[in-house]
Formats: sequence, structure tokens, C-alpha cells
Amino acid sequence: MFEKILIANRGEIALRIQRACRELGVKTVAVHSEADAAAKYVKLADESVCIGPPPSAQSYLNIPAIISAAEVTDAQAIHPGYGFLAENADFAERVEKSGFVFIGPKAETIRLMGDKVNAKAAMKKAGLQCVPGGEGPLPETPEEILKLAEEIGYPVIIKAAGGGGGRGMRVVHTEAALLTMVQTTRGEAQAAFGDPTIYMEKYLENPRHIEVQVLADKFKHAVYLGDRDCSMQRRHQKIIEEAPAPYLPLRARVRIGERCTEACQKIGYEGAGTFEFLYENGEFYFIEMNTRLQVEHPVTEMVTGIDIVQLQIRVAAGEKLPIKQRDVVIRGHAIECRINAEDPLKFMPSPGRITSWHMPGGPGIRVDSHAYNGYFVPPYYDSLVGKLIAYGDTREQAIRRMGIALSEAVVEGIQTNLPLHVELMQDAAFLRGGTGIHYLEQKIAKFAKAAE
Amino acid sequence: MDLRKLKKLIDLVEESGIAELEITEGEEKVRINRGGLATVTSTAPPTVAALPAIAPALPVASGESEPAAPEGHVLKAPMVGTFYRSASPGAKSFVEVGQTVSEGETVCIIEAMKLLNEIEADRSGTIKAILVENGQPVEYGHPLIVIG
Repeated sequence: MFEKILIANRGEIALRIQRACRELGVKTVAVHSEADAAAKYVKLADESVCIGPPPSAQSYLNIPAIISAAEVTDAQAIHPGYGFLAENADFAERVEKSGFVFIGPKAETIRLMGDKVNAKAAMKKAGLQCVPGGEGPLPETPEEILKLAEEIGYPVIIKAAGGGGGRGMRVVHTEAALLTMVQTTRGEAQAAFGDPTIYMEKYLENPRHIEVQVLADKFKHAVYLGDRDCSMQRRHQKIIEEAPAPYLPLRARVRIGERCTEACQKIGYEGAGTFEFLYENGEFYFIEMNTRLQVEHPVTEMVTGIDIVQLQIRVAAGEKLPIKQRDVVIRGHAIECRINAEDPLKFMPSPGRITSWHMPGGPGIRVDSHAYNGYFVPPYYDSLVGKLIAYGDTREQAIRRMGIALSEAVVEGIQTNLPLHVELMQDAAFLRGGTGIHYLEQKIAKFAKAAE
Repeated sequence: MDLRKLKKLIDLVEESGIAELEITEGEEKVRINRGGLATVTSTAPPTVAALPAIAPALPVASGESEPAAPEGHVLKAPMVGTFYRSASPGAKSFVEVGQTVSEGETVCIIEAMKLLNEIEADRSGTIKAILVENGQPVEYGHPLIVIG
């Protein structure tokens, strides 16, 4: 086991990693920007090193500064957390070349999964289905185009290669409309992006975002720790996550879990990782793999009783995975609400000093937050101030406990999305469960319309 | 109490670094406060003999145990690493206290990731103090050298 780990991150995850280290008897080094000098985990760390001014580029993304900090403190390993440099293959490489252990997969694995096209190809080879689509740009002849669409299966979506952010896309439901739509989209693509290249994919009307947590050691043992549903999103940002994903048949869970484990072994994955899928009509379509710890890992920890962060560290230290697949038992249900420092209606960030901070407690309640009374939420980083997690024997109980916990929570001085969570815990569709990735935005749009 | 004696007392307070000194001589009382005003209350003429006895027993009563920082601009570490006074072990230090430096002149080295980075004076002046030890690890923003 390492004697000292440098935590190359900030906020709630830095505190989470620190807690895991302390439990393992490992000394911690907290690196921080000038803006985070007063952070709770900085004060609790065995050592701390200021690595730069507030802007991330000069601090949390500053590879030389972080590696220097590891050198001057004689740390042995670096935990990158999530975000920042966690999925930066260059960082992982330089950490290892400098003589430290990077707590995560090998640099080449990060590199492979970071390229979304290569990742999909690798996963296809490993037996995972991806969102069906043509390989490369759309073929030229009408016959080929029609054939491709038939293979993919309607509805299809035509996308401009140079587009993005929802622009330059057209959904086609029937064969009759296909060729005209292709023409129009090509013309638009040329006009708007200067590039007429378009491609075709299967259009998923109302998919759910379901992901599978995996853990692998350096000896090719891998296990899956069940699934999570993270469909409650706004602008591709997850707001609520839960484990397990509601309404999945057991066989489907086991099958997708096993496929992910096999994929891990095939690519020589080491550490914690998550396979993300779009799920529709009983089918899982691989979209990407996150080669790091995720924000929502607590819900999996609650239903499995497994400390994912500690296992990350133990695996990186060369230990064999202490659990076999049969040791992984999913029990109960957990829900996580991300508490962001933002206007609950307009979603504008709300940094500033927290004048009053009171978090709930009681049976089944877990709070992962670095904030405290009087803490100043800096404007330089993301708005996540904490995660509120509720566990219950059933999904209903978890939701009920979350509602109670939300009613106890007090945050003053900054705005938060707590009111949104209160609303969602009473939302009929959420209570039923199984809502898709567009649900929250549609609900917010309805609110906005009603407010006018 | 005559002015010369008072001046001696004031000098004593300044040199010793104590925050406050109160002397009673017979019916005369003097209180000297560092940063405040000296107050004298006198009803009878003092005796000279009492004064020297006080001097050796004066404790340092001020709250700060560190000497006041020298006046000047503090050059802070622009990066994380290990501070060195010279380009290599055994070589002459770049600067010493009292030396004049011009802006842009190398004053020290911060070593990081096996690279020696020359740190330059960010203004001209005289080296008033060197605040870190040779070989000491420094973080971003760590005060290094005072240039006055």
C-alpha cells in the first residue's frame, strides 16, 4: 500500500479521496489553487501544496506543477479524481514516467477510450453493440443510401459532420422522405458549415442513459458492480442518478454486466471505469467509456456496500481485487441529487459565500460535500457544491427519504438547485421511474412556458 | 522626570521590542506603549537609582515572536519545486543579502521535474532578505526573496 498519495483535484471529490486514503492509513497531499487555500480537505490533509493561481489552466490542469508537488512531498501515487486531468492520457504517461503511480488505467487505455471513434470500434470488437450507423460519410448513390437506412432501421438521423450542438441534424422516419431529406441536409451543411459531409445513425427517440460500473485489477480480474440510471439530465449534465436502473429485467442486467467485464479483460483495463449506454426498447447501445471515477459513484457504493475509491487505490497499489463477481450483491436502491450553486430557474451559476449551511442526516442519508458554514464557493470551477444521497430498501423509500432530507437542507448566501430537486422528488413521471434523457429539459421548458 | 530619562526609556522600549512598559518611581508613573503615546503622571521627583535595575529584567512582552519583516517587495515563487541559491551544489550563490540586483537578473533556481528553472528578480533593488533555505520545497506563491 502507498504511504502517501497526492490528490490532484478539488472540491467534493478531493475530500472523498482523502477519506478513502485516511481509512487505508495513507498520508494525503492536497494540491490546490490560491482560490482553494481555505478548502476543508486542504486543512485536513497531511500536507498541502499551492500549485497556482485560480484559473484551472494554471493550477488543476497544470501538469508540471502537480508532478512537482508530488516530487517535493515525496508522494508515491497520484489520484486524479474526475474531470481536470483524470482522462488525460499525457498526464497519466508523465506521472508514470516521473516515477509515480497513476491511480487509474494505463495511458494507452485512456487514449483508446478518449477517441470516440476508436472506442466504438474497440467495443464492437469486444462484443458491445453501438448506436447503429454508417462507417464514415454517407454513400453517394441513392441506392446505397436507402440500403444503409434500411440496415440501420428507421427512424434515422442525418448529421452534418461539421455540425454539432443540435445543429445540422434531421430525423427521418420513413423511406419515402429519406432522399429529399438527405439532399436538404447536405445543402444546409454546405451553407452553414462549409462542409457537405453528412453521416447517418439510428435515431433513438426517447432513450434512457444507463451505465455499468466496473472494477479491474492488474491481473485481468474484472467485476461489474451493477448499473446506474442517469437519465435526468439538462444539457448533457446529470442532475439525478440512481442505482440500480429501474425496470431492467435481471437477465439483461447480468448480460450487459458480463459483456462489460469481458470488454475490460479484452482491453486490459485496470482500475475503476464506467461503460455508458443509451437504452431503448430493451437494447443497450454503447456510447462511450469513462476511464475514471465518476461523480455518481456513491449510489453504487450504497447498493453494493463496496468502497470504489478504496478499491481503486488498492488495485493501483498492485493488490488483487478482493471480490469476485458472486460477492457483488445489489441490495436496495439509492438516489443521488447533485447540489449545484446555481439559480434554480435560470441555471446561472451562483458563486459566493455560504452564510448558512445545514445538511440533513438520519437513516440512509449520505452527504458528500466539501462545503461548510462560511465557505466561499469560488467562481473559477464547476458549480457542484455537494451530493445528497438517499438509500432505501426500495426505490419508494429512497425517494421518500430524499424528500425528507431535502426539506431539512439549508443553504443560504448562494442559490442552489435544491428547489428543483424538491420538485423532482414529487414529479409523477420520476416517481414512476424510467424517464428518458429528454424528460427534464421538456419539463423545464413547460415550466418556462407556464411562467410567461 | 527629565526629558533625557524619558528619551532613554523610549529608546529602550523600541530596541527591546516589548509592547508596553510601565515604570513607577515613587509617585511618578510612566507608561510607554509601542505605537501609542507615552504618558507621564508625576507628583514627586524621581530617584535615579531605580531606573537601571529595570533594564535587565525586561521580558519580551509583545505577541509576535518573529522579527518584523524587512521592508520591500516580496518575490514569490511562480511555480512549485525545490529552491536553490546557486546553479549547482557548491557553486556561488546567485545573490546575497545586501547585493543590488536589476530586474531580470537570476536570483535563484527552482527545480521541478529534474529541470532547473532560473527565477528572475521582478524588479531592481537591494536584496533585503532571503526567506527560504537552500533545498527547501516551495509551493506556488511562497515568499522567496525581499527586494527593497
